[in-house]
Amino acid sequence: MVDFINSIVVLLNFVIIPGLSYGSQLALGALGVTFVYAILRFANFAHGELMSFGAMITILFTWFFQSQNIGLGLLPTALIALPFGILATIGLGLLSDKFVFKYYRTQKSVPVVLAMVSIGVMFVVNAIIRIIVGTETIKFSDGQKFIMKAKQFKVMTGLNEGLALKSSQVITILITIVLLTFTFWFLQKTKTGKSMRAFSDNEDLALLSGINPDRVVFITWLIVGTLACVAGTLYGLDKSYKPIIYLNLVLPIFASAIVGGIGSPFGAVVGGYVIAFSEIMVTYAYKKFFKYLLPENLEPSSLVQLLSTDYKFAVSFTILVIVLLIRPSGIFRGKVL
Amino acid sequence: MRFDKYEWTAISIMVSLFIIVGFVQGWSVSLVILNMCIISAIMTMGVNISWGYAGVINFGVMGFLAMGGLAAVLVSYPPIKEAWHVGGSGLGISFVLLIGLVIAVYFINKLVEKKSHKYWLNGLVIFFGVIIIRYFFLNATSKIEEVDPALAGFLGGANLPIIFSWAVGGFFAGGVAFLIGKVALGLRSDYLAIVTLGISEIVVSVLKHEEWLSRGVKNVIGLKRPVPYEINLQASDWFINMVTWFNSSKLNQIIDPDQKQEMLNNLIIDSSSLFVKLNYAILFFIVMIVIYYFANKAQISPWGRMMRAIRDNEVSANAMGKDIVKQHLIIFVIGAAIVGVAGAMLVTLDGLFTPSGYRPLRFTFIIWIMVIVGGSGNNLGAIFGGFVIWFAWIEVAPLTTFLINLFTSGLDPENAIRLHLLDSVPYFRYLLMGMVLLLILRYRPKGIIPEKVRHS
Repeated sequence: MVDFINSIVVLLNFVIIPGLSYGSQLALGALGVTFVYAILRFANFAHGELMSFGAMITILFTWFFQSQNIGLGLLPTALIALPFGILATIGLGLLSDKFVFKYYRTQKSVPVVLAMVSIGVMFVVNAIIRIIVGTETIKFSDGQKFIMKAKQFKVMTGLNEGLALKSSQVITILITIVLLTFTFWFLQKTKTGKSMRAFSDNEDLALLSGINPDRVVFITWLIVGTLACVAGTLYGLDKSYKPIIYLNLVLPIFASAIVGGIGSPFGAVVGGYVIAFSEIMVTYAYKKFFKYLLPENLEPSSLVQLLSTDYKFAVSFTILVIVLLIRPSGIFRGKVL
Repeated sequence: MRFDKYEWTAISIMVSLFIIVGFVQGWSVSLVILNMCIISAIMTMGVNISWGYAGVINFGVMGFLAMGGLAAVLVSYPPIKEAWHVGGSGLGISFVLLIGLVIAVYFINKLVEKKSHKYWLNGLVIFFGVIIIRYFFLNATSKIEEVDPALAGFLGGANLPIIFSWAVGGFFAGGVAFLIGKVALGLRSDYLAIVTLGISEIVVSVLKHEEWLSRGVKNVIGLKRPVPYEINLQASDWFINMVTWFNSSKLNQIIDPDQKQEMLNNLIIDSSSLFVKLNYAILFFIVMIVIYYFANKAQISPWGRMMRAIRDNEVSANAMGKDIVKQHLIIFVIGAAIVGVAGAMLVTLDGLFTPSGYRPLRFTFIIWIMVIVGGSGNNLGAIFGGFVIWFAWIEVAPLTTFLINLFTSGLDPENAIRLHLLDSVPYFRYLLMGMVLLLILRYRPKGIIPEKVRHS
């Protein structure tokens, strides 16, 4: 029995908790991509840079607060700076919409052209970020790093295996729950949310019934900016901020959105967790896990790893390709918010 | 080929830019930029063929370039006999087993009628097949990677002249494109963009981590050259005579024989490196012209007309009996193959293969900016885009330094903002690229040299 609990703890420590926090970050990102896709109707390649921009502004404010000795004690200072980052990200989104995307929307350009345009925006935002903070890795998490250390857990339970709980992971999961609940409540229960769903379902019909498209677009960027900034900051808190990483993060985020069914918010969230867990589970070495479960003579000699961790990134794409082949509309038949 | 006035202007601008750089920064710099410009132009033509002719989006440029690079290694590197000795049989067995597995799956799908049985059988066969293959494969590869890891640790290549690899690179990239196209070409264009981008990442990560094949992140250095080495040139008589003849007026002005000899030596060293770069430029230029010629021929042929018809109205082209899926696949493969040729040329020019150097920003998105800026659907436009954008990519750094110095000249030289801006000079090129793309898409969506509408 103890062996069984030990093996579960191993899984929790190395697979489930990291998967949950990484999945939450992907889910928030994918939700943003989905909103842009469902309402503005294009694949936004600049979303990663939007996340990066939000994280950067948050970091700048964190530094400011740290220099003023304002902090939250045990919690990271970034949490006070986050609202400012969100405002700035929303501002960037609205600006890019006003000066770039709006023109193509009124022209009714094809989605590919809009995707190209978003690549242009990606380059510009990318350059701005690099010019402001450079390309170095930045660590900005402060406060208490661990809620529970592996050693404490061992002492507490008397088990062989430790369970470490980073505060950034817990914060990520909690904030994600709050944000997701709010977003879904907003979409389902409020009048504005319903008008957004109508707009994404059938634009012409929505316009006929008196929905103001500018307002819908404005609210969309509010939500997208918030989601992007929070996702970017959480990722940075969890793994340290590096401007180049976010470009690579765009691909798993797209994969999550498409796997879940692009255009469906619920699908995007599920897709985020699916991608995160499969990335981690396929590349995790299960040797330790099996060591506790199997009798001694059956113990595996190799690492019991399906793929080496080098292929972490390739996994999300393989899943994407498989899903597109078998069920092109994604797990939750997307198209409408 | 007849160019109109507008195109002649574009060509003369390109030529004069290189001459200006030659006089200001030296001919060596000018030739280095020219070589990369030509390679970029070939990549751009590859993308232009699939996007401009048929509207098939290809965001996998990076992956096809990497396949071309792999071809350069596999063709030119001498084989490592010991690695073949220890790992060859294991690799052979796993390869044969893999073929067996594919055949088995094929027959299961053909013979078993009931669907649920089919899934179960397939799953079982693939699962156990993969386990067995993995056993042989991992055994063999780990042995190969252990052979002299500091210098070798991979299988090596075929020891042929590297110039063959340009064609082989095209075949490699085309083969990969065929597989991708079979899987993904049915998708809507923006999905296709994402999928090709993702698959190119997979290709690069395979090259990065399968060390037995490509030496992975340890890189392959010292590849052979299709052109002479500087050292050999400096020792050969004909080259020395040629340099003396070219510079005879300059040399004759110097009377002191020692000084004369010293000057001649310097001239020989300088011109040997110039000569090598010039040779590369000539080789690349020939390839570019050949591809340009055939691309243009294809565009005005009935086949090109059919492609345009498919691009402009898929439904009606289909109604006219054109096989859209097949034609899309063909053009996707051709475009990718040309990109693969460029990839092999790129590695040839560098003389080394660094899988970790393939990044989407540099090798996919910049190429796309070249296509959009140059003019999709027009091959000369594609070449022009490749030249202009690569030229800007290189020359924007000295220009920004100059501009920053100019605008901050009123500030203290140790001013923090000034220093920070000077530190971030390399990043201004991204800003420029983004702005150029946005401006072109807004005000000249067909590119600088737009596609010619032919009424025939």
